Amino acid sequence: MQTVLDFEKPIVELEQKIEEMRGLSAADDMDIEDEVQRLQEKLRKLSNKVYSNLSRWQRYQLAKHPDRPYTFDYIDRMCSDFLELHGDRRFGDDKAIVSGIGTIDDTKVAIIGHQKGRNTKQNVYRNFGMPNPEGYRKALRVMQLAEKFGRPVICLLDTPGAYPGIGAEERGQAEAIAKNLFEMSHLRVPLLIIVIGEGASGGALGIGVGDRILMLENTWYSVISPEGCASILFKEEGASKAPEAAEAMKITAQDLMEMKIADRIIEEPTGGAHRNYDETAKILKKIILEEIQSLEELDTDTLLQQRIEKFSKMGTWED
Amino acid sequence: MDWFRRVKKSILSSEKKQIPDGLWVKCDGCEEIIYKKELANNQHVCHKCDYHFRIGSQQYIDMLLDEGSVEEFNQHIKSVDPLDFKASKKYSDQLKNARHKTGMEEAVRSVTGTINSMPLTMAVMDFSFIGGSMGSVVGEKIARATDKARENKTPLVIISSSGGARMMEGAYSLMQMAKTSARLKLFAEENLPFISLLTHPTTGGVTASFAMLGDFILAEPGALIGFAGPRVIKQTIGQDLPEGFQRAEFLLDKGFVDRVVDRHHLKQELTTIIEFCRT
Repeated sequence: MQTVLDFEKPIVELEQKIEEMRGLSAADDMDIEDEVQRLQEKLRKLSNKVYSNLSRWQRYQLAKHPDRPYTFDYIDRMCSDFLELHGDRRFGDDKAIVSGIGTIDDTKVAIIGHQKGRNTKQNVYRNFGMPNPEGYRKALRVMQLAEKFGRPVICLLDTPGAYPGIGAEERGQAEAIAKNLFEMSHLRVPLLIIVIGEGASGGALGIGVGDRILMLENTWYSVISPEGCASILFKEEGASKAPEAAEAMKITAQDLMEMKIADRIIEEPTGGAHRNYDETAKILKKIILEEIQSLEELDTDTLLQQRIEKFSKMGTWED
Repeated sequence: MDWFRRVKKSILSSEKKQIPDGLWVKCDGCEEIIYKKELANNQHVCHKCDYHFRIGSQQYIDMLLDEGSVEEFNQHIKSVDPLDFKASKKYSDQLKNARHKTGMEEAVRSVTGTINSMPLTMAVMDFSFIGGSMGSVVGEKIARATDKARENKTPLVIISSSGGARMMEGAYSLMQMAKTSARLKLFAEENLPFISLLTHPTTGGVTASFAMLGDFILAEPGALIGFAGPRVIKQTIGQDLPEGFQRAEFLLDKGFVDRVVDRHHLKQELTTIIEFCRT
């Protein structure tokens, strides 16, 4: 079932009205083409108005929209072949991070991404896209395979956070993430990071160190979710203050460009990625190929040096 | 026989011990009332139950490094308020208060010095400064301490004590995890040891970056160490947490720290490790 956010409602209603009129005109052979066109013009204006004035909280809601395309939605549309590779060779196969090898046009790549579920059953299977340590260890294993065979790595970030559970702590959630940051900083192949939905804290960063950080237009990336931030800072009022926390932490793609953390925003089709998977995947694919090509022009030492410098520059202080 | 019958006559309650102000302090471990001077002479460890009281960065420096050898560096790097962060409080006010209260610029201090006459670079976090949280400055100072150890070819010791990343700097604070880890990778190319000491508490973004990357990882007894905080885990899974969960001894048992070290033996153990690594 389609989920409609509050601010999307007028748009969806208008769309339905247009559909209805089209249905009527086809059935009764009435000529209401002028009226349909008038409404479509209205729809275009309304969409532009709504989507160009989204608050940070609204962007956040779009980023976690239950209809948003997830990692496999992109892989299915971008890769002519894809072999999923499972397991960390130590404990098990995490379902919240998927990884594998594939071909995009003629470029052979490794792809790693968080994977959420589309319904309750899938979400239980995917643990709501919240990885356990073995997910990060699997990701690193596949990245090192790519390194061994000189293939670029693409990481698609979309998680509400690393899983806070007893087993996760027992098996070293912190160590797994730390190890990935450590090794990814020196992985000797191009590493392209793309936030496709939610970039929640260490759970996202654990597969997020790379040469270029791209963000889809309606995504967020920060140190904690607005709800988490609000529950700590506003104690009693808690999560109801999340929209304020989103504003205070500046979490959107546009914010991260200004903070010089993100390198590029990938525009989504009007209305957001969830309203047009094919078009979004097409845009993403084009940009991925373009980015990989330019990264492959660099020799490995330069690539690594630039990667370290990139993260060294992040932050603000007075010396 | 009744299924539910109270065996004891009434629930016994031990009399609550009151703490007199000033000279005495109550042990959080065993509730013993301890004379403060005596506690200080015992490196802030309870003589009765070995509870390790939290101590500040200066105390670690005094305890571990040879007298007269210590030089602080990068002490003037200052946090700014890059996001103009206002929530329940203003971040700029919080910084001002923390500086006033602690007399420090930030939640970490970086020094060079010697330990039993062997040169060392050390960064020590301080929980009293906004919960030891890692913002841009903490990340930058840790990264620079790592570089300093690499340039001077000395071992590196980082003593962690942190509630995690500093929310008030948003994504900047998150990226310090990547920054510090990347610089440690550079350091790892030298044949020099990085010894990470985890003290109470070490959680969140600090644990999930430099604190867990030591060639040697030591922890103080009873220290809370983890990625997610116990409150969050409890909320998520809706169960009580097992006894001793996320304590230093638990991590030792699970294989994530090399040793749990009593503060009295810390200097000696660091010395032994550094001597082992000297070529």
